[in-house]
Amino acid sequence: MAAVSPSVFLLLVNGQIESANLPEFDDLYCKYCFVYGHDWSPVSGLEEGISQITSKSRVTQQDLVWNFPIDITFKSTNPFGWPQVVVSVYGPDVFGNDVVRGYGAVHIPITPGRHKRTIPLFVPESTSRLQKFTSWFLGRRPEFTDPKVVAQGEGREVTRVRSQGFLTLSFNIVTKDLKKLGYDMTSEVLSVPEATYRP
Amino acid sequence: MSSTSNIREKIKSKRKALQESLVKNNDDIDTQALVPSKMKSNKEKDQHFLEERNGENEVENLKRTLKAQRERRKKQFMESAVDANVEDSAEIKSAVVHTQRTLPPLPSSTPSYTGHSVRERMREKLKAGRSKGESIIQQEATSSLSRSLKSSLGREKVTRFDTEADDHEVRRGKEESPSTARVKFRDIVYRMKQKTQASNDFPTHDDVYNFFTFNFDPEPPEIKEQTSIKRSSPNDEKKNEKKERPEEDEAIEKDQEEEIEDEEEDDENRVGEEKDDSPLVETHDEDLFIIEQTAQDFLEMKPAEFHGYNNQLQREREVLYTPSALTVPTSQKVPQNMKPRYLEEEGLYVGERPEVSFTNQNILENRLIQQDEGKKWFGDDGRVMALPNPIKEYSTRPPVFSAFQDLDPTLETVYRKATKSKFTNHYILGTGDPQGDFQLDIDVSGLIFTHHSLFSREHVLAVKLAQMYDQFLVRQQKNLSNLLTNKLHALRNAVQNIMQLHGGLILNPATQHRVEEYKMEIRHTRKLLNLELEKDRMLLKGIIKVWKDIKALREFQRFTNTPLKLRLRRDEVNKMEEEQNYESEIQAEVSELVEQYEEECQKKLTDYEAKYAEWKAWKKKQKAKRKKKQQEDEEVHEEESILEMEGEPTKPQRPDPVDRAALEQQVREKAFAIRKRPGEPILIPELTTAGNVTPNELCPRGEILRREDTLKRSVFIKVVFNNKEVSQTASRTLNSDFRVHFGQIFNLKIINWPESLKLQVFETVGSSSSMLAEVFLPIPETAVLTGSAPSEEHEFSSNQRIMFDHEGVGSDVPFSFEADGSNKLILLTSGKVSCSVSWAIGENGVPLIPVVSQQNIGVQSPLKQLDAISYIGTSGLTDMKKLAKWASESRLDPNDPNNATLMQLIKIATSGEVQIPDYFRLEQLQEEFNFIKEEEFQRSKRFRLLDLRNQEVPEFRNYKCIPTLEREVSDKVFQEYEKRLSESETLDTKDYLDAHRALVAKYLQKVRETVMNRFLLAKHHYILSDVVIEEEVPSIGILGINLFKLAEPKRPLKPRRKERKKVTAQNLSDGDIKILVNVIRAYDIPIRRPIASKTSASTRPSRPFTETLVSGQPSQSPSQNNDWPINQVLVRPFVEVTFQRTVRHTTTADGPNPNWNEELELPFRAPNGDYSTSSLQSVKDDIFINVFDEVVYDIVEDNRERGAGIHTRIERHWLGSVKIPFTTIYFQSRIDGTFKIECPPVLLGYSKERSLGSEGGYDAVRSLSDGCYLTLFITIEPQLVPGEMVREKFDTQEDEKLLQAAENFQKEVSMKFPTRRCITTVIDINGKTVFITRYIKALNPPHELLEMTPNNQQETAELMAHFVSLIPSLPDNVSFAGICDLWSTCDQFLDLLAGDEEEHAVLLCNYFLAMGKKAWLIIGSAIPEGPTSYVLTQEHSQFIIWNPSTGQFYSQYDTFCPLQSVGCLVNADNVWFNIQQYNAPMRMSFDITKSKFWKPFFSRNFSHPGLSSIQPEELVYLQTDRAAVAELQDRIEKILKEKIMEWRPRNPTRWNRYCTSTLRQFLPKLELTRGKDVGDEHRMELQSLLGDYRICGFPIHMAFSEIQPIIEAVYSTGVHNMDVFNVEFALAVHICPYPNNVLSVWIYVASLIRTR
Repeated sequence: MAAVSPSVFLLLVNGQIESANLPEFDDLYCKYCFVYGHDWSPVSGLEEGISQITSKSRVTQQDLVWNFPIDITFKSTNPFGWPQVVVSVYGPDVFGNDVVRGYGAVHIPITPGRHKRTIPLFVPESTSRLQKFTSWFLGRRPEFTDPKVVAQGEGREVTRVRSQGFLTLSFNIVTKDLKKLGYDMTSEVLSVPEATYRP
Repeated sequence: MSSTSNIREKIKSKRKALQESLVKNNDDIDTQALVPSKMKSNKEKDQHFLEERNGENEVENLKRTLKAQRERRKKQFMESAVDANVEDSAEIKSAVVHTQRTLPPLPSSTPSYTGHSVRERMREKLKAGRSKGESIIQQEATSSLSRSLKSSLGREKVTRFDTEADDHEVRRGKEESPSTARVKFRDIVYRMKQKTQASNDFPTHDDVYNFFTFNFDPEPPEIKEQTSIKRSSPNDEKKNEKKERPEEDEAIEKDQEEEIEDEEEDDENRVGEEKDDSPLVETHDEDLFIIEQTAQDFLEMKPAEFHGYNNQLQREREVLYTPSALTVPTSQKVPQNMKPRYLEEEGLYVGERPEVSFTNQNILENRLIQQDEGKKWFGDDGRVMALPNPIKEYSTRPPVFSAFQDLDPTLETVYRKATKSKFTNHYILGTGDPQGDFQLDIDVSGLIFTHHSLFSREHVLAVKLAQMYDQFLVRQQKNLSNLLTNKLHALRNAVQNIMQLHGGLILNPATQHRVEEYKMEIRHTRKLLNLELEKDRMLLKGIIKVWKDIKALREFQRFTNTPLKLRLRRDEVNKMEEEQNYESEIQAEVSELVEQYEEECQKKLTDYEAKYAEWKAWKKKQKAKRKKKQQEDEEVHEEESILEMEGEPTKPQRPDPVDRAALEQQVREKAFAIRKRPGEPILIPELTTAGNVTPNELCPRGEILRREDTLKRSVFIKVVFNNKEVSQTASRTLNSDFRVHFGQIFNLKIINWPESLKLQVFETVGSSSSMLAEVFLPIPETAVLTGSAPSEEHEFSSNQRIMFDHEGVGSDVPFSFEADGSNKLILLTSGKVSCSVSWAIGENGVPLIPVVSQQNIGVQSPLKQLDAISYIGTSGLTDMKKLAKWASESRLDPNDPNNATLMQLIKIATSGEVQIPDYFRLEQLQEEFNFIKEEEFQRSKRFRLLDLRNQEVPEFRNYKCIPTLEREVSDKVFQEYEKRLSESETLDTKDYLDAHRALVAKYLQKVRETVMNRFLLAKHHYILSDVVIEEEVPSIGILGINLFKLAEPKRPLKPRRKERKKVTAQNLSDGDIKILVNVIRAYDIPIRRPIASKTSASTRPSRPFTETLVSGQPSQSPSQNNDWPINQVLVRPFVEVTFQRTVRHTTTADGPNPNWNEELELPFRAPNGDYSTSSLQSVKDDIFINVFDEVVYDIVEDNRERGAGIHTRIERHWLGSVKIPFTTIYFQSRIDGTFKIECPPVLLGYSKERSLGSEGGYDAVRSLSDGCYLTLFITIEPQLVPGEMVREKFDTQEDEKLLQAAENFQKEVSMKFPTRRCITTVIDINGKTVFITRYIKALNPPHELLEMTPNNQQETAELMAHFVSLIPSLPDNVSFAGICDLWSTCDQFLDLLAGDEEEHAVLLCNYFLAMGKKAWLIIGSAIPEGPTSYVLTQEHSQFIIWNPSTGQFYSQYDTFCPLQSVGCLVNADNVWFNIQQYNAPMRMSFDITKSKFWKPFFSRNFSHPGLSSIQPEELVYLQTDRAAVAELQDRIEKILKEKIMEWRPRNPTRWNRYCTSTLRQFLPKLELTRGKDVGDEHRMELQSLLGDYRICGFPIHMAFSEIQPIIEAVYSTGVHNMDVFNVEFALAVHICPYPNNVLSVWIYVASLIRTR
C-alpha cells in the first residue's frame, strides 16, 4: 500500500549551522534560506531562518558558534535543481552599522547519512577605492541584491568578491523513494553499511 | 737488558699488530654479533679454554719477572699519567670503548662511569648496529680513535712498560676496574711475545725497524695509510683483514685468533648477560680484574706502528686495485664458449649508445670484470649493456628567451600549421552511428589438414592425390587446352582466308603485316597449347601414379586408412576422326614450323651472304698484301700470320636448309609425349571416398597407436581480434580424415576499427593445448556483407617438429615411401581453414559497418558519407579527382582500415557525385552524447515538458513539479500551448471576423515572439547593479543637502512625502503586493433626469477652436434647470474598482460632485507566481474603475404592506469607467491625478446638467470641460523597482557618429532633467535603430476625409484625429513587456491597423503636416498612459495638443489636458529638448526658436546630415468593402445578443425589437457628430417613442480590432445585470467604415423596464 509506485521523493534535511571561522569579525548572526528548482517544494520546516548573535569565545579558539538548527523536508519529482542552502552572515562594523560579512552556499548532500560541510564565505567588493571608502564610512557595504545569487551561476561574472572566512554546516540526510524512482544516490560502499561498518 | 729490550720490542710489535687486528676484530664482533649463534660461541669457548691454559702459565712467568721493574717505575708514572690522563682523557675514554670489550660483567661492584658508558655503548652497538651503514660509521670512529690513541701512547713509551707491570700487579691485587680489559690485552700480548720467542728468534723486518725508531713518533704517512685502508668499506676491510693475516707470523695469528675468540666470547657473555652466565669466564675475569682503579688504567700504551714501505706497498696491492685503462678482450666479457653476437648485424634495432670516452669505458669494464658476477653487466656483444641514449636531440621544453637578446637562429620557432594526425580517429569512430557498435561476422566453418604429424603414409599420399585431383578438376573446368586449340584453329583459318582472298597476288604491305602478326600469334598460341597439353598429361599421369602408390601402400601395409578411391573413366572416341585430327594437327604444325624455319633460314642466309661478302673482300686484301710481302723474311710472315689469325673473320657457315622430315619427327615425338594418342580413350579420373577404412582390430599395432593418438587429439580455433582473444570454437576431436568441422559463426560486436583479425589453431592433447598456427584473416571490404560473403580457405602451416614411434609420419621429420629410405620427404604440419568474414546487417537492413566506411549506405545518409570525407581534411579535398587518381594508382590496400576513408572517397569520386562539405561540424560526437534518442525525447511527454520549461515558453515558464513518471503527465498540459501554436498557424476567421485582421494579428504575434525571444536572451545578461547593491558615491551636492538637512527642523510644519523604499521584485510571493487605490473625489457626475423633462433643442454649431476651447460649450449651458426638483437626490454615485477579479467599492456618496476619500486595497497576483521583473512587466491586467449610480426602487406593490416592511430594490447604473493598465502603475509606481471618466455619449436617464444656481462664477471655470472627472491616487505597496530597459544594442543603418551624438545628447539632458523623456533614436519594426526624425514626413490623408469638409480646416483636422483614433491601439509596452517601443512607419501602421500612441501620433502629425499645419510630435508623459506621444499643432497664435489615441484636442492651457509633462518636440528636421524650468504644458513655452527654453539636437556644432525619411512617398488607401462591413455588423450584433443571453443564465432575456430598431437608426447620427451634443435630442426622441418604459442604456463607441474587446466592453457596463422580472433589452450595432478598413463600431445597449 505504502506508495507502491511513488510519484515524488522526499528529502529530509536536518542539521545545523555549526560555526564560522571569520577571524576579523565578532558579534555576528546569520541567515539561511534554500534555493531549489521548480520541481521542488518544501513540505515542512522552515525555509528561512535567522540566528542569534554570537560572540567569540574569549578563551579558546576563534570560532563563532551558532549551532543553529535547520530542519526541512522537501518533496520533489526531479533531482534537477537539488536544493542548496544559502547562508549569509551579518554583523556590526566599526560604526555599529549592520553589514554583511559573508555569503556562502552549498548543495544539500545527496547521499543519506551525516555530512559535514565547510563552505567559504565571501562578500562582493566595491567597484572602486572611493566606493570602498565611502561604503566603509557610511556603513553601506555592497551587498547582493538577493542572497540567492550565490546559489546560481548566472550573472556572477559581473561581480568581484573577497573571501572572508569559513562556515561549517552539518547535515543529516534522509531520503525516501529516491531509489524507487530510479535515482541511485548511494555509492556501493554506503549501500551496505553493515558490510563496511564493523565494530 | 738487551733481552728485555728485545722482548719489549717484540711485545710492542705484537701489541701493535694485535691492536690492529683488534680494530678489525671490532668489526668481526660487530658482524658476528649480528648473527649470534650459540653453536658458534660454544665452540669458541671450548677452543679458548684449551688455549687459555697454555697461555696462562707463560704469562704467569713473564709477569713475575717484570714485576720488580714495574714496581720501581710505578711512582714515576703516576705523576706523568695524571698529565696524560688529563690530556687524553677524551681519547682514552673512547679508546676504552673498544678495548673494553672484553670487560666482563661485574655484578657486585658499582660500575664506574667509564665502565658504565662502555657497557651502554656496547649494548647500543649491538642492538642498533645491525645496518651496514652504521658499522661503517663505527669503523671510521674507531680508526680515528686508534690513531689518536697511538699518538698519545707514543709519547709515553718510556714509562709504559712499567705501567703495564703495575697494571698487572694491580690486576693481581684483584681490584675491580673497568680498565682491566686493557690489562688483559697486555696479558695476551705477553703470551704472544713468549710464543714468538719460542717459535721465531729472528726479529721481523718490522721489529728491526721499530727498534731503531723506538723513540720516534709514529710516522704520519703510515697512519694515514692505515686509516685510508680502514676507511674503505667494511666489506673490503674484512677482506683486507683476511688477506693481511697470512702476513703475520703464525704465532701471532694464532694468538690473535685466540684473542679474538676471547673477546668474542666475552662479548657474547655480555650480550647474554642474564641468560647464559658462563661461570668459567666470570670467575676468571674476576680473578684477573680486581684491580684498583688508577689513572694508568685509562691509558693504553702502544708502540708506534710502522710498516716498511715495500711492505706497505705490497699490502696495499693486496687491498687496493687500480683498474687499467686498457681494453678488456671481448672473450673475457662474454660467457665462455660463446661468440660475441652483434645484434646490429642481425638486423635488430640497437639504439644509439650514450657517448662515453673509451678510457672510462675500459676502466669500467675492467672494474666489472674484476667482480664475481661482473659478466652479467655485459651484453651478448661483449659490451657493457646500455640503454639507448636518452638525450633528445631537441629540447622538449620551449626555450626561454630574454627579451633583449637576439634569438639564436637555431632556437627560432617555426610556425607550422596544425595538422590532423591521421591516427587520431584510429580507434574512435567518428560521429557515431546511433547503434554505437558494429558487427563483424566470422564464420569458421572448418579446418582441413593438408599435413599433420599424425598422418600415416597413406594419408600423405591421399592428400597428394586429393590435391592433384582438385587441380585436375580446376583445369578441367578451365579447359585451357580446348580453348587454345580453338584459338589456333581460328587463327589458322584467318590466315588461310587472307591467303585465299588474295590468291597468288602479291599482298599489300598492310595485309602482309597482318598475316605476319597472325603467324606470330599462331606460334605463340601453339607454344601455350603444347605447354597446357603437357601439363594436363602430366597431371593425369601423376594422379594415376599416386593412386598406384596408394594401392601399393595399402597392399603393403595391409590396411587402408583413407576411404579414397580413384576410378578412371574411359570415354571411347571415334578413332578414325581422332586420327585424322591428329594427323592434320601435326601436319599443320609441321608446315608452320617449316615456314618458320624457312623464314629463319632466309634471314640467316641473307645474313650469311652479307658476311660472306665481307669475308671475301678481306680475303682479297689479304692476298694482295701477302703477295707484296712474299719476299720479306719469315718472321714478318709469322707476324703476319698471327695478325691474320687475329684479324681474319671466320668464314661464315652456310645455314642448313630446312629438313622437313626431321622436323616432322620432332613434332611427332612431342605430340606423342604430350598428346593423347588418337583412338586412345579419354581417361577421366574420379575420386571418391567410397572406400572402406580398415577397422582398428585388423591393423598392426603401430597403426592402432596412431589412430588412438589421433582420437586423443582435438582442435579448436581461437578468434583474435585486434590482438585480443575474443572467442574460441568448441573443441573438436580429430577424425581419421583430418578434417574438422566447426561451423560456428562468431558475431563480433566491435566498437573499434578492426586492426587485425586472426585465427589461432590450437591442438589439444590430453589437457594441454598448444598453438599450431596462426591464420591471419583479411578485414573484409565494406561491401562484403553477411549472406553474400563467400567462404574462403586460408592456408596455414606450422614448423613444429613432432616425431612419433608409431605409424604417424610426424612433422618436420624426414620420411620416405621407398623401402630403401631414399627420396626423403619432409613435411610440415599445414592445413586450410575455411572461413568467411563479413559485416553483419542490422535489423533495418543497415550494414553494421563503422561510419567511416559506410559507403554502401551512402545514399541513405549523405551526411555521414560526407563526414567520412571530412576525415581526410579539407586540404585533401581541394582536388578530388587528383586524389582519386593518385589513390587508384598507388594501389592502396583496400582492407587497410587506414585507407578506408580513401577507398570510399575513390568510390565517390569515381561515381561522380563529388560533394565537398563546405561546413565545419562542431559537435561531431553529439549523437553519442545524447542520452536518449531524438525520437524518444520527442515522444516523452515529460521530457517535452522539461524542455519547454527550459525554453521559457510562457505557458510553462514557472511550471512547478513536473511529474516524475511519464504517465502522470496529462495531455491537458499541452492543450493550451498547442492551441496557441495551431492558432498561429491557421487563420481563425471566426474569432477575427475579418481575414485581414487575422493576418495582422498573426503578424503581430510573430513580431512579438521574435522580440520576446530577443528579450529573453537579453534578460540573461547581467550588469553589476543587477547582482550587487552598492551605494552611489555621494556627490558634493547630495552631501551638501545632507549637511543642510541637519539644520532643518525635526518636525516641519509641512511634511513632505518621503520616497518609499523600493523593493526588488524577485523575493516576493503571492499576497505581498497590493494595489492601493485612493478614490478621492469626482466632478460632474451625470445626474438623474426626470423622465418628463424637456430639453431645448439646441443645434450644434460649428465652432472655431477658440470658441470651443476658451468659452466652453455655451450651447450646453443649461437654461432649463429651473424645473429641477430641489429635493430630489441628483445622483448617488459610488466607485467600484475591479482588478484581477477582485472587486472593491466605495461607499455611496451623494450628488454629482462626490467626495469619497477612501482607500481601496486590491491584492495583486503575478502570473504563475513569478514576480520577476520581466513577468511583472508583461502583466496585461487592467484596473477598471467604474462609477455607478445607486438607485433605490421601491418594489412594494401594495401600499398596505408599506408599514410592515421596506421592500426596495437597489439597482446600479453604470455611468462611466476609467481603465488603467497595471503596467502603467508598475512603471510609474504611483498615479496621482484627475482622470476623465469615459462616459458614453448618451446616458439614458441621466444628463450632465447641473444647477448653476448660486455658484455661477465657479461654474465658468468648471464648464471648460465637458466630461466628468475622477481624482485618484493609485500606487503599489510595496513599491517595486521597475524593470530596466533592455540594454541591447540593436542593428542599425545609422551613421555611427550620429548614434554617438544621440547617445551623448541623451546622456547630457538626462543628467539635467532625469524625469523628462528624451528620445532620439527608436527601434523600427525590424529591430533596427532609426533616428526619430526620419519618421516625420508629410503624408497624404485619405482623400475621402478631405473631401468631407473641404472648406473647413478645423473640421477636417478633427476628422483626421478621429480617423487616426479609430485605428486600434495596441500598447506595445504590454505586448513587449516594457522592452522597447517599436515604431512602425505609417504604411506599416495602416497595414497592421494596430499600434500604440507613437504610431498614432506620427500618423496624425504627418497628416497635419500634409494639411500644411505646423506640427510636432510631443514626447512626454500623460495620464493614464504614462510615457506617450502627443501631437502639437500651431493654430495662429496658440498651440493645440492632440491626443492621437482618442482624437481629442486640448488647448495648451486646458487644465484637464491629460498631457502632464513635455520632454521633447520632434519634427522632420530636429529634436528639441525641453530645458525650461517646468514641463507641464500649461506653464511652458512652445516657442522652439528660443534656445533658452529648447535645446536642439542638430545645432551649429552638429548640423543636420540630411536624413531621409523612412516613410513611404505616399500612402495608398483601400476602399473598404461595404458589404463586408454590413455582414460584420450583423455578426457582431448576433454574437453580442448571444452573449448577453449567456450572461443571464437564470432569467429569460427578451429583446425589444422596436427599441432596437430605434436605436439602430440613432447610431449613425452619433457617428456623424462623433458623440457630441446629441444626447438631448436623442433622449427626447426615445422618450416619445417609448413613453412607458424606463430606459437605461448607452451607446458604446470603439475602434474595431477584434470581437473580444467589444464583448468585454459590453460586459463591463453591466447592463445585463438587470434582474427585474419584466426587463427587456435592446441592442444595436452600427459600423461606420472608413478607408483602409478602419472601422468605427457603435453599440447601443439598453434595458427597458415597463413602468406601467
